Amino acid sequence: MSILQNPLGIHGTALQLREQRTAVLASNIANVDTPNFKARDLDFSSVMAATEINNMRTSNSRHFSIGAGQALAGEGMVKYRMPNSASVDGNTVEISTENALFTENSMRYQATTTFLNQRIKGIMSALRGE
Amino acid sequence: MSMLTTLQISSSAMNAQMVRMNTTASNLANMDVVGSSEAEAYKAKKPIFKTVMETYTNNDFQASVSVSGIHVTERANSKRYDPQNPAANGDGYVFMSNVNSIEEMVDMTNASRSYQTNVEVMNATKKMMMSTLQLGR
Repeated sequence: MSILQNPLGIHGTALQLREQRTAVLASNIANVDTPNFKARDLDFSSVMAATEINNMRTSNSRHFSIGAGQALAGEGMVKYRMPNSASVDGNTVEISTENALFTENSMRYQATTTFLNQRIKGIMSALRGE
Repeated sequence: MSMLTTLQISSSAMNAQMVRMNTTASNLANMDVVGSSEAEAYKAKKPIFKTVMETYTNNDFQASVSVSGIHVTERANSKRYDPQNPAANGDGYVFMSNVNSIEEMVDMTNASRSYQTNVEVMNATKKMMMSTLQLGR
């Protein structure tokens, strides 16, 4: 039933969010030497809460949360990152953190495209009925 | 479409870092230039980076970087007694440039590392775009 109503499931939305986060992280990396620039990030849990498909719940205290795993402050989906050690020029970009998160984000993006590929293959083989 | 914006953001950062590299190279090249007055002597130049907000709402954020100007440093030029020098003033002094070579080397290393990071961001983004374009193949 649901595969016909919403063939791609949550993955389409997830891909869009990953793409959006790529731009945010790339902005941080681009502004690594700009004085007074404040690093920002997408708060994934609040973004997921705002989307229609909101069925990612944890039922055990040992389940992973879907948060960014990093301290963030502010309103809305885009929040300010709390730096581990602020620099003198007012810039809060820490290149190692940004690099790690960028890599993580692109890995997750690749994972989502893999899921999408599997979905499409599944639908195609169901349609062919071979 | 934010993938294309990502490429544009990275290229703006690469441009800015390139300007920084060029000013550093100019500063190092002119390190030993002398003048007969303080105004005539070479003063080190530094680019000023500025954030350009492409999109900034509660839910989306894209910012590239631009060079808003070149700052001429105000550190005093040291003078050296060298009466044989054709550029020497009436008292026999020439004015040296105020370039600090260590500072410039650090700046150069920083600029090239930042440039490299942005190249990597671009490559990763390109890979992500390609995998999306090949969905369902």
